[in-house]
Amino acid sequence: MDIQLKRGILDVCVLAAIKNEESYGYKIIKDMKPYIEMSESTLYTILKRLESANMLTVRTAEHDGRLRKYYKITDAGLDRIKSFKEEWREVMSIYQFVVKEDDGND
Amino acid sequence: MTKFKFLSELEEKLSGLPKSDINERLQFYSEMIDDRVEEGLSEDQAIADIGSSDEIAEQIIRETPLVKIVKKRLEPKRRLAAWEIVLIVLGFPIWLPILISIFAVALSVYATLWSLIVSLWAVFASFVGGGFGGILSGLLLSFTPNLTSGLFLIFAGIFLLGLSVLLFFGSREATRGTAILTKKIALWIKRLFLRKEAA
Repeated sequence: MDIQLKRGILDVCVLAAIKNEESYGYKIIKDMKPYIEMSESTLYTILKRLESANMLTVRTAEHDGRLRKYYKITDAGLDRIKSFKEEWREVMSIYQFVVKEDDGND
Repeated sequence: MTKFKFLSELEEKLSGLPKSDINERLQFYSEMIDDRVEEGLSEDQAIADIGSSDEIAEQIIRETPLVKIVKKRLEPKRRLAAWEIVLIVLGFPIWLPILISIFAVALSVYATLWSLIVSLWAVFASFVGGGFGGILSGLLLSFTPNLTSGLFLIFAGIFLLGLSVLLFFGSREATRGTAILTKKIALWIKRLFLRKEAA
């Protein structure tokens, strides 16, 4: 897959994982696992990118005697999910068309 | 492997990156291991789950901008003594040109590679232009008494277009190759700075 495209999709994937409630690194990976396998290093990079784009905020809190970072989505992050859904509605309809035309030739 | 050993290995492989970056990474992986252990995994399993420190370090280095690494490298490890500052200032006419020329060489290698690519595409464009131009002017000439030259021009035009198709694929491959090559060179330069740091 095109790198730029994949990057955009993974960003939205992580945003979706924290959309309903703030979450932490391992939980994000676990929540995404049924749909997409993501390594820790990849997640780190994406979280950093989303933070500097103001799409999420980070807070450090104590958990069980150690520190854990929690990520919370911002309005800009919610907007990103919204526009992703709109863009992909279009892409999906193109996909349907391509599949239909291609299957006709099999 | 214990968490402590994993993290100190990773720390060592990342030496050369800014301290704050390393600490943040180590905290991140430490949290990831702790969360797995909390879920019932042993420390060993948790670390195996996360991957080898070699792979992780390589990915981190690839993602870190070269400027950051060089900046860290040029940073003095301790406060400079007065005589060292004097030496640096007095040495200014010597080290500045050297520094500039190193960057100039790197830049010119980069520029040479990419200008080759640009010229390849320019040749491609001129073949396409020449091809269509030849066919068009050949067609026009065919309606005059110069029929033979007209036909010749048409064939020359078709020949050029044919060549341009081949050139298109060649140029595309060359572009791809150069992109990969420049990425490799960048990684190699980063490694060079990091290795010196470790020594």
